[in-house]
Amino acid sequence: MAQAEARVGARRKSSLAVPGWWRGALVVAGKDLRSELRTKDALNASLAFSVVILLLFSFAFDPTVEETRALAGGLLWLVFAFAGALILNRSFARELANDCLDALVASPVSPAALYLGKVAANWVLLMVVQLASLVVFGVFYNAAWTRRLGALVGVVALGTWALSVVGTLFSALTVNLRLRELMLPLLVYPVLIPALLGAIQLTGPLAMGEAPGAGTEVWLRLLVGFDVIFTALALALSEAALVA
Amino acid sequence: MRTKLVLACCLVAAVLLARNLYVMLLELPDEASQGPIFRIIFFHVPAAWTAFAAFVAAAVASALYLTRRDLRYDAFAVAVTEVGLAFAAANLVSGMIWARIIWGIWWTWDARLTSMLVCWLLYAGYLMLRHAVEEPGQRARIAAVFSIVAVVDVPIVFFSIRWWRTQHPQPVVWGGGSMDPAYWQMLFLNWAPLLLLGVAMAAIRIRQERQQREIEALRRLAHSL
Repeated sequence: MAQAEARVGARRKSSLAVPGWWRGALVVAGKDLRSELRTKDALNASLAFSVVILLLFSFAFDPTVEETRALAGGLLWLVFAFAGALILNRSFARELANDCLDALVASPVSPAALYLGKVAANWVLLMVVQLASLVVFGVFYNAAWTRRLGALVGVVALGTWALSVVGTLFSALTVNLRLRELMLPLLVYPVLIPALLGAIQLTGPLAMGEAPGAGTEVWLRLLVGFDVIFTALALALSEAALVA
Repeated sequence: MRTKLVLACCLVAAVLLARNLYVMLLELPDEASQGPIFRIIFFHVPAAWTAFAAFVAAAVASALYLTRRDLRYDAFAVAVTEVGLAFAAANLVSGMIWARIIWGIWWTWDARLTSMLVCWLLYAGYLMLRHAVEEPGQRARIAAVFSIVAVVDVPIVFFSIRWWRTQHPQPVVWGGGSMDPAYWQMLFLNWAPLLLLGVAMAAIRIRQERQQREIEALRRLAHSL
């Protein structure tokens, strides 16, 4: 008994070592991931949806290697964006039951930390879906996507961060709306165009196992710049977005 | 007072427009390579400038709303956004007419056409977002956040798509080409009536918004009695 208490105490102390603001964000992220992993509602729906879109694309064009090479980047990011909307929609909708959102806002976690925690959790969930879709894509379209795995995962991670940052902010904005599920993609995709454009240009060759051509650093810069600008902007606006 | 101001704006705009039309149709010569259709630039480009001015004004009003929480800023933001959207549409449509004559097609996925369409869709989304929220305070807050995100996004959209594909004829404006000073002068001279028209439209729309709020307040009062 005493031992158990000591262990709990030690755990508390170790978690206290992280400064308060970041700890709040981590707690929110952990809570979101835990509740999603227990139900797997959004994750399963998103994974199934991405497989369905990948299947549909095989009817949209002739899935030969040459055709796929030309379309891979755009195809993958359309899958990521469409399937991602399902996860982003659930992010705040999950908190509506039992007025959890009001409790979260009233908790000592600052709105910016609450928002960042949600972004981080969404990013992890989206990355799971993207990597799973990459595997399916590789099998369906005979793409050698593992040949440049490091660079590819890096680009996907950056693009997914953009999707998560913008998507989570708009998920918070639209959570109480009648047409929530319709409004979110309608608002997110136009805002996300620069990031999607950069990610598509970089993902295209990488997903086929080829080196990105000359002059593609500009897209990497665009992607990183988009991430930095919108993370800062969204953190600044998080209080207005979350607190009525 | 406000009505007189709106009327004055419209009157000055009409006089300026009549004078500009006279000069651009009868006094300015046809452009050397494009012929008479080139005159559409005097509406095409200032319409885009007016739209961007409106979107920036909307973002400033939105930021003021978020700091002061006064619904008058929200009324201003929605009024100028609607006006900006109308001018952006005028820019797109006049551009399509111009393209049909010069390029032979209504639409091409060139950098600035695509960017303007994205910009238009962003602000159309703003209006749809407003439409989906009932409560005025919540609507104002949500719309203000979106307006600020949109105004930061627009320049990034323009530059990213510009890097991606540039087939738009660069020499006309913003590209280091040369246009006759008389044409430049007319471009700016014709911006004035369009801006005045925009101001008048926004003023009317702001009044409408205020009256709508009054009606809603009266309705709530009637319900509580």
